[in-house]
Amino acid sequence: MLADFFILLKQELVVTAIIFLLLFIKLGKDRSNETLLGIINLLLFLNFASGFCCSQDGMLFNDMFHTNPLIVLEKNILNLAIWLISLQSYSWLKTHKHVIEFYLLLLSTLLGMFFMISSGNLLMFYLGLEMSTIPLAAAANFDLTKRKSSEAAMKLIISSAFSSALLLFGISLLFGTTGTLVLTELPAHLSANPLQIFAFILVLSGFAFKISAVPFHLWTADVYEGAPVAVTAYLSVVSKAAVLFVFVSVLYNAFKPLADVWYNMLFILSLATIIIGNLFAIRQDNFKRFLAFSSIAQVGFILLGISGSSQTGTASVIYFILIYVFSNLAAFGVISLVSAVKGKENISDYKAFYTTNPLLSWVITIALFSLAGVPPTAGFFGKFFLLTAGAAKGNYWWIGIAALNMVVSFYYYLRVVKAIFMDSNEQPIEKISIPNYSKLALIICVAGIIITGLASCVYDYIYSLSSGL
Amino acid sequence: MNLSLLIIIPLITALVILFCNGLKQVRAVALTGSVVQLLMSVFLLSTYWQERTAGNKLPMLFEYNTTWFKSLHINYHIGVDGISIAMILLTASVVVAGILVSWTMEKLNKEFFFLLVLLSMGAYGFFISLDLFTLFFFLEVAVIPKFLLIGIWGSGKKEYSAMKLALMLMAGSALVFVGLLGVYYQTNTFDIMQISQMHIPLETQKLFFPFAFIGFGIFAALFPFHTWVPDGHASAPTAASMFLAGISMKLGGYGCLRVATFLMPDAAHAYSWIIILLATIAIIYGAFATMMQTDLKYINAYSSVSHCGFVILGIGMMTQTSINGAVLQMVSHGLMTALFFAAIGMIYSRTHTRMVAQLGGLLKVMPFISTVFVIAGLCSLGLPGFSGFVAEMTVFMGSWQNPDTWYRLATILSCASIVVTAVYILRAAGKTVMGPITNNEYLGLADATWNEKLAAGILIIGIVLIGVAPFLINQLIGPGTENIMQQVGKVVTLK
Repeated sequence: MLADFFILLKQELVVTAIIFLLLFIKLGKDRSNETLLGIINLLLFLNFASGFCCSQDGMLFNDMFHTNPLIVLEKNILNLAIWLISLQSYSWLKTHKHVIEFYLLLLSTLLGMFFMISSGNLLMFYLGLEMSTIPLAAAANFDLTKRKSSEAAMKLIISSAFSSALLLFGISLLFGTTGTLVLTELPAHLSANPLQIFAFILVLSGFAFKISAVPFHLWTADVYEGAPVAVTAYLSVVSKAAVLFVFVSVLYNAFKPLADVWYNMLFILSLATIIIGNLFAIRQDNFKRFLAFSSIAQVGFILLGISGSSQTGTASVIYFILIYVFSNLAAFGVISLVSAVKGKENISDYKAFYTTNPLLSWVITIALFSLAGVPPTAGFFGKFFLLTAGAAKGNYWWIGIAALNMVVSFYYYLRVVKAIFMDSNEQPIEKISIPNYSKLALIICVAGIIITGLASCVYDYIYSLSSGL
Repeated sequence: MNLSLLIIIPLITALVILFCNGLKQVRAVALTGSVVQLLMSVFLLSTYWQERTAGNKLPMLFEYNTTWFKSLHINYHIGVDGISIAMILLTASVVVAGILVSWTMEKLNKEFFFLLVLLSMGAYGFFISLDLFTLFFFLEVAVIPKFLLIGIWGSGKKEYSAMKLALMLMAGSALVFVGLLGVYYQTNTFDIMQISQMHIPLETQKLFFPFAFIGFGIFAALFPFHTWVPDGHASAPTAASMFLAGISMKLGGYGCLRVATFLMPDAAHAYSWIIILLATIAIIYGAFATMMQTDLKYINAYSSVSHCGFVILGIGMMTQTSINGAVLQMVSHGLMTALFFAAIGMIYSRTHTRMVAQLGGLLKVMPFISTVFVIAGLCSLGLPGFSGFVAEMTVFMGSWQNPDTWYRLATILSCASIVVTAVYILRAAGKTVMGPITNNEYLGLADATWNEKLAAGILIIGIVLIGVAPFLINQLIGPGTENIMQQVGKVVTLK
């Protein structure tokens, strides 16, 4: 019994252990940031690596917590992302005064996400969600001297509080109409009566806030712009991915009786998200705002993928998120490096970037191509499978509009490529020497972008895991 | 023979180029790779020939089929018939010529040759694919290098042209994608040969045929989606212009034939009047638009719109001879425009102008280049003895076989465009090559170097070979077009 406990909770326990370890290190004598970051990166790698051993199905705490190989994989994707982000923020944290606190915040949110993904009960889900949001707001304020950073943190905390309120209201209505909060028991009690649909809409809005789907996206760009690059990367990749993982499984399982209802809602949400995200991304000059809107558009595509049947839908969404982790983090890796070393965050600063930093230029170009969905990068496969999954119900107009929106997104991604390769600039960003940690992270990202797509075993593996749902 | 080599060789070449230093190494590697590829294509041709003479009647030869994405029924399925081999040979010759023409490319040479080779890899992969997924994959692989090639190494309003080209081609592939998904959900497979065995209901075909045909049509300069052609061709560096006109417009034509028409013949039949209408407009409009151009590259680019109209016309007429003609026209136009752009590039690199009005009497100072220029022009206007005549003649003959009065009217109108072609070609050639030398600076210019001569030679051999011995290529592509005609024939007998 105790062995089960340790195996089922292994990822949570490892993260908790790292948190305590960091606390002890903090209590001990002062160490230089370089050694600290070395230790932490090693720990995060071990955390990621340990996730692969012995995974099994199981429930704990009166079905509050459940896990299966797919959930373990999802947590591993998050572990990978947080390790990559940590490697990339080396140059930023090297001179920061509060390295350990930063990681304590990040890891507590990670722990919250783990519990959220594993939740078997809406209460547990809510607890996990809050645990992952509140420390994040503190992390968004981690450029301690910048006002914009504080502003971002305030916006994040207020908007998440609002969305949590919606979510809680929805959950309480659900409990009122069905008498249960256990996810596996919900379907039996759902019958699409108006009150339940209203409750579902509230829950959906709560989710939509977290994944910044239009019209709940308004906080995204400001928060992304103000927060430190590492936190922006974390927000756009890890926290979004975690909520999406839950979203997919909740829609397909707990809200299965309402499938006709949420199919139409997803249709509207997804198209609005793709179109608005794209249109706003065209006009951005700040790189972080640009990626904020581009990530909004990407969420629209994910929603489109969810609309398909459960197995291909789940598989293509998780696959896409894995690719999205690699591509977005490759882009953020370059941006965080440039931002930390030169303090420049605008696309216009990147003009003629290729003349001085050819290697970084290629990395960011490959990342943007992957986000745009150009072969042979993995983004192509991700988008292709998402749209294929979405077309299963035969809504080809939806697919057609989404496919043409890919062309729009192409325009703004190519605009950046054009700035990097084709525009002239009298003072291009000087040559940046890449620290080894960042180099490692960028290599992993680029390798991921290329391999994840071409090696079909990744998709087939995820697909086989999704079948159990 | 193992067809995957056709993808692997360019891939290896491209990767080796990344590790080279200096122009000399880079171009040596690129040339070696492309020559090996050309030899491979010739070898492929000869083995194909042996198989056919030995009585092998299979529609596709040298097939290789393996599962790629099992859960989505996506296979890596490749194979060739005569049409694909003709396209592969065309690609290989244009690539060799393009690399030879760019022999002295100084600016960012490593990236330049890398992208050229990558682009050719996309084309090879496209032509050998028998699975819609891999076909689409390679189609898109060939788009991005074009954007970078034009945007970085181009001239004039290059950023605008590069962006326009990339966006229009991506829009084309987005449409193709919707068409493919429609077919996929109808048949539950991406395999072209399997789909051709099934019968897709007419309603479905009618819904998705336009997506696929217009999507590929954008690549093949289908009117009114041809607007990327003039700007793209004119702004691109010489080798990229050659690739664009010689290879990537052919991706569109081949896709229209192999995917849209072959898989959805009923709809192709139903919509053929629209296809022919658009093709006729493209042919006539393209010809008249060319008359107004003063820039040599724009002349060739607009005439490409007109010439590619013949490809679409041939496909739309749906008789065996006309489809044969469409394929011939693709090969012929590919070789001919590549030669034309090469000659224009050689002239431009010496005189630094492409304006017809500023050029004159070039035959006296650079006889070789001028001769090449004239040969390309004469081929373009359809002089017997060159490939252009054979191809256009076949298209007209085939089109005339279609008994419908309106279709015959379209044929007559298209035929008449040749007169216009003759006007602009002869005018441009006469003005630039003949007559007195307009600028004394031209007196000191040198004639073609060895690499330029070789590049032009390869392309001219192709043009003349098709021109004097058309039966050779007819035998090559014959079984392929017959196979397509069987699909179309099913429709005609149904009616």
